Amino acid sequence: MSEVIKELTTVIPYWQPRVTPVELETATEEQLEAMKVTVSNTGIGAYTLVLAHDPETLSERTPLFNGIMYSRGGLSRAETEMGAVAASVVNRCIYCAAVHSNRYNQLTKDETVMDSIFASGEDADLDPRQKAIMNFASKLSQCPSEAGKEDMERLVENGLGMDEVLDLILSASLFGWANRLMHVLGDSLPQVPQD
Amino acid sequence: MDIFETVAAKAAGIAAASPLASVLAGRQDLLELTERAHDAALRPKQPGGLSHSERSALACRIAKLNNESVLANHYENLMDGNNDAVADTGFHGGDNARLKAILRHTDLVTVDPKEAVEGDIAALKAVGIDEPDIVRLSELIAYVSYQIRVVAGLRLMAAVS
Repeated sequence: MSEVIKELTTVIPYWQPRVTPVELETATEEQLEAMKVTVSNTGIGAYTLVLAHDPETLSERTPLFNGIMYSRGGLSRAETEMGAVAASVVNRCIYCAAVHSNRYNQLTKDETVMDSIFASGEDADLDPRQKAIMNFASKLSQCPSEAGKEDMERLVENGLGMDEVLDLILSASLFGWANRLMHVLGDSLPQVPQD
Repeated sequence: MDIFETVAAKAAGIAAASPLASVLAGRQDLLELTERAHDAALRPKQPGGLSHSERSALACRIAKLNNESVLANHYENLMDGNNDAVADTGFHGGDNARLKAILRHTDLVTVDPKEAVEGDIAALKAVGIDEPDIVRLSELIAYVSYQIRVVAGLRLMAAVS
């Protein structure tokens, strides 16, 4: 087996589940429905197949995830991805951090922000609005949350409207959820293991 | 669904008359899904090996580990008296190997998820917890961890509004 990745990266790893994924051939109707399996969409990933063990939660989680990450209005797509990255760095979810830093880079065409966050953490070289976002989302991701009124005020002072703040809270919180699945139920590997 | 009657909005103390009401209404769909996910994680039709009673007590424990007393009270109100010890953060399962493994895992993933490794899933399997139940437990811990942060964030929004 190849070595589990421990360092933050923008290169999307291979995710190897620690729990046996549901098999499409033997999945129940409810599991298929939760995975949105249709005749034209049978390319379901291992992560979704693992979560299909709990179809009731998966059925709610998928539209919630898509709604938080891709809804129109409110926080920009890139800053929503930044909230996801902040949580994933705190929780050291290598897979989620890679996917969402990668999306951030695609959206902004700028790799320097994520490079700096991965290399320097809290001391990353960011503009004041980016710093306020990373600061708030990182503190909210601690257990217990360390985010305080002054961190919220800093968001407002740096121009975030309350609609944007709500989206940032939802994004960072959602990754408090996603990281606890992705990082706990599987390993991030550099490549598909050879049998 | 009235989003101001959801667990998250009520725990954050944001009512329909709040200056933030229109902001929350702008994400009506997401707050509804947050509530529906609560019901799916706490009150599933097919609970598997994790009863509704045990789920409520675990959620209460997770809220306490986050110093989130309002949600801890909410989850305590869902408890039925059969699993009260599970909600006690000083209780670690006693002589019950299954419960010891579940509580150890819940505490680890709640407080310090970055430390979770392959062996932690193996430890659950070793005491006979089947794979669907491992996923159910993971979703419960993860969902409550999400909801706690949403509530903490909403409260801070209210504090500056």
